[in-house]
Amino acid sequence: MLNHERLPITERRVQLMATCLCDAFYDDVAKATVEVLEHLGVSVEFPEGQTCCGQPAFNGGDWVASRKVVRHTLKTFSGNVPVVVPSGSCAAMLFHGAPLEFEKESDLAAVEALGRRTWELLDYIVNGLGVTTWPGRYEGRLAVHRSCHSRGTGTGDATVRLLGSIAGVTVAPFGEGEQCCGFGGTFSVSFPTISSAMGSLKLDHIRAVQPDALVSADISCLMHLSGLAEKEGKPVKVLHAVQVMRDALRNGGLL
Amino acid sequence: MKFQQIDQYAARLRPDTRASVHSGSKAGHEKRTSVLFDHYIDPNRLRGIAGEIKQHVIENLDTYLPAVEAKLQSNGVQVHWAATAEAANEAVLAIMRARGAKRMVKAKTMVSEETELAHFLEKQGIECVETDLGEFIIQIDGDHPSHIVKPIIHKNRREIATSFEKHGLGAYNDDPETITRRARAHLRHKYLEADVGLTGANFVVAESGRLVLVTNEGNSRFCLAATKCHIAMVGIEKILPLDRDLGLLLNLLARSGTGQQLTVYTEFITGPKSATQPDGPEEMHVIFVDNGRTDVLASDCRDILRCIRCGACLNVCPVYRQAGGHAYRSVYPGPVGAVLSPLLAGKKFPELADLPKASSLCGACNEVCPVNIPIPDLLLRLREKGKKEGSEAAAAGTPPMGAWAVMATQPMAWKTALFGGKIMNILPTKYIPVPALQAWQAKRTLPAWRGGEFRSWMRDRASRGGSAKREE
Repeated sequence: MLNHERLPITERRVQLMATCLCDAFYDDVAKATVEVLEHLGVSVEFPEGQTCCGQPAFNGGDWVASRKVVRHTLKTFSGNVPVVVPSGSCAAMLFHGAPLEFEKESDLAAVEALGRRTWELLDYIVNGLGVTTWPGRYEGRLAVHRSCHSRGTGTGDATVRLLGSIAGVTVAPFGEGEQCCGFGGTFSVSFPTISSAMGSLKLDHIRAVQPDALVSADISCLMHLSGLAEKEGKPVKVLHAVQVMRDALRNGGLL
Repeated sequence: MKFQQIDQYAARLRPDTRASVHSGSKAGHEKRTSVLFDHYIDPNRLRGIAGEIKQHVIENLDTYLPAVEAKLQSNGVQVHWAATAEAANEAVLAIMRARGAKRMVKAKTMVSEETELAHFLEKQGIECVETDLGEFIIQIDGDHPSHIVKPIIHKNRREIATSFEKHGLGAYNDDPETITRRARAHLRHKYLEADVGLTGANFVVAESGRLVLVTNEGNSRFCLAATKCHIAMVGIEKILPLDRDLGLLLNLLARSGTGQQLTVYTEFITGPKSATQPDGPEEMHVIFVDNGRTDVLASDCRDILRCIRCGACLNVCPVYRQAGGHAYRSVYPGPVGAVLSPLLAGKKFPELADLPKASSLCGACNEVCPVNIPIPDLLLRLREKGKKEGSEAAAAGTPPMGAWAVMATQPMAWKTALFGGKIMNILPTKYIPVPALQAWQAKRTLPAWRGGEFRSWMRDRASRGGSAKREE
């Protein structure tokens, strides 16, 4: 994976890829991302032409369609500035998925170059900027779901480390953390039985530790889990990690 | 909306079968993890090294296969080559006919499941008895294995007791020890009556021509001790370069497969009975089976040939745990099967092209694989192959991506759609005829549509000088 070949951060300036889910449903996650990055003195550019990372078609096997979207993304996020994404899954699409589907394409080098400057948000903050503790205050017992696309990346440890450092936060570990939540993009609609059964098992483990909120670096897992929990009549409060961080700043009077 | 076949299978699966599969695979995974991480400081490094050894082998098979043939022959072993499953079975039959043999006892081997050897021999009037307890139960039940290492993971002991009673192996008793004793008593006679013992091989070492077999029941030893002729049916990818590679591979295989440091029996077989090796069968044959493997080798999914059949990827796989092994409609289930089975199917690839879809791409399989096979990447490559070849099985339930790709490459269309999606907040979504949306809503609620909200917030912020912004 190209996330192991990244260049050190030299300048506090990023291009934000908000992701299609934040564009459509979770605007507050994208807003929190901007506020948290700016709190760290990072200048945030938002290329208006951005759409989607290309992952749905990539996972669905339609690589012709996916490559069109990746090429659009390549054009939209041109230059050398790091691209930061508040989603482990979309980030992994750029540093792992896209290079795979471009293996035999003439513009592979450009795709790889984009992959090398793409960061998942928490990974960027902790391993890119070297920020390892988070100021402010947040009262709560948090269950932290490690999303699958952050396997083999710095995101999982970074999320637990930063959240765990916030005054007032208790991180509550739960059983079978390595198991997938069952979302899986189009898997959630083409395998609805298995997808929801996986989600219910995950929710059982989470509810068992009685958290105040379920937190992750991937809002897509949380969209699936919260939707499932609500359908089951036992809602679970979900937050993206960056929302907790933004709220901690607010509670501490730092924002 | 059509859903995927494996999902439909999971929906129909009996709850007690699901419970057996789930608890068996979960326990297997937990044992594997604790044994591996208790004993080694960095098991992931070992997985990487083992993967490199096996990758080296499959990329140099053209050198290793002749080398191993020469070594086996100099050890007194007769070597046969079978391009297809049929050829492999015919080779077994020819060896038996030449000896006038009528009865075979066999140990567990996955490649003989591929060739359906037992059925083939029975049709030829040859008795072929499975001696691995799980495989024996499968055989008397006329069932199929649902796991590579634990073939009867889908059965509970009550079902087994019922089937023993039905087949004259004693009155109903579901005590596992009683079941085992009865099978043992039955099988002891079969060993003594048999003419030929058939096994697989977990590894064949090129340097020494050594065949290595791992078992926990000792049944393969009985197969060899009681018969005069040993036939080993082996996939061509089972080679290891050096004897010393066994130190790493055996330790990883047992830990990954059954959570043991080593299996109860590890047999090293260097040839038939000889002056320096006074015990064992007087005749020994190795049948190397291709059966589609060279096609896999020629494909961009060749990494799957590293597989050492430990079953760790099945145990950890959340989809396998929900659907069970039979859902995969092939010899190899689970993540490894989702890659290997469609590839081995050759021209029938499109019929099994839905198997690579049976994954949330969570990557747990890659994380536990003792030879570090990048299974999710291979699943993705096969999804593309399924799409290209127009497989209907693969397409079921996958939303079409054409319109999405058009919107996602045109920012104006995208922004319009973000705004237009607000209709979902007004119109009850059950009236919106999008199959993917309906499938989502059957199991989950959908959050409120807030398309475009972030973009206008960002614009306002930029106009107040809060943030830099770049226009397209």
